[in-house]
Amino acid sequence: MSDATPVNGLPRLNEPAPAFEAVTTHGTIRLSDYKGSWLILFSHPADFTPVCTTEFIAFAEIYPELQKRGVELLGLSIDSVYSHIAWVRNVEEKTGVHIPFPIIADLDRKVATAFGMVMPGASSTETVRCVFVIDPDGILRAMLYYPLTTGRNMQEILRLIDALQTSDKHHVATPANWQPGDKVIVPAPKTVEMVEQNLKAGYEMVDWYLARKTV
Amino acid sequence: MACINPDGTLAPSAQSILTALRGGAAKAETLAQQAGLPLFRVRSSMRELVQAGLVTEQEGAYALTDAGSERLKAIAA
Repeated sequence: MSDATPVNGLPRLNEPAPAFEAVTTHGTIRLSDYKGSWLILFSHPADFTPVCTTEFIAFAEIYPELQKRGVELLGLSIDSVYSHIAWVRNVEEKTGVHIPFPIIADLDRKVATAFGMVMPGASSTETVRCVFVIDPDGILRAMLYYPLTTGRNMQEILRLIDALQTSDKHHVATPANWQPGDKVIVPAPKTVEMVEQNLKAGYEMVDWYLARKTV
Repeated sequence: MACINPDGTLAPSAQSILTALRGGAAKAETLAQQAGLPLFRVRSSMRELVQAGLVTEQEGAYALTDAGSERLKAIAA
């Protein structure tokens, strides 16, 4: 017999992100309110907890860089809006860092369930550290899941946004450890004709299936 | 309510949006620029302002209602 909390399936990449309407620290917000913008929806386990506090400060610090890239931030935890308000005010009072983005008060867990943010093996009452990157058309483009004990890396989140936007703009892929300015990967050819085309294109070729170029 | 306070008064963001509408009907994108607010914030606020009867929406463009204009005048007075 198992009394494990049932878990909804995870959302799927390259499919529409689950629509929602949620109470936040900035009022009632719908996913569709972000149409035309990139959105990072992220969850944290709980307000007034140490790792989450460091993460919120770090998210606030990269927010200007995200805005330059047309990206909005939206936090979430299974706490009340009053708890969120008290926490962000406390963070500002104690550290001087203003939290400029809204936070969903997901007391009924509707958003957390739709996005598979609760992992009962980690905690049945808290969301784990999820990051969902949603593009301007509302398509889920990337998901990161971190455990309760490990704070997220903001530079990786920025890098992920840069990589997705570069891939969209230039129809390319990005290699391991890619950083903006590095060479990108030309999509692997799928026909012998494309192989010949790539060989003549002046790309930096490792072999016919791995070609790099500057964008 | 995010932009209309529990006592019915308007939050600063709502005042900025209504003020931006004084020049005539406008889309959310234009209002966001004029009011200096993020687009998502304008879109969510417009739902409240429409529901409160201060703004109407037609084909994606928003305009002040008579009640909205009166409210702006009262704020300015």
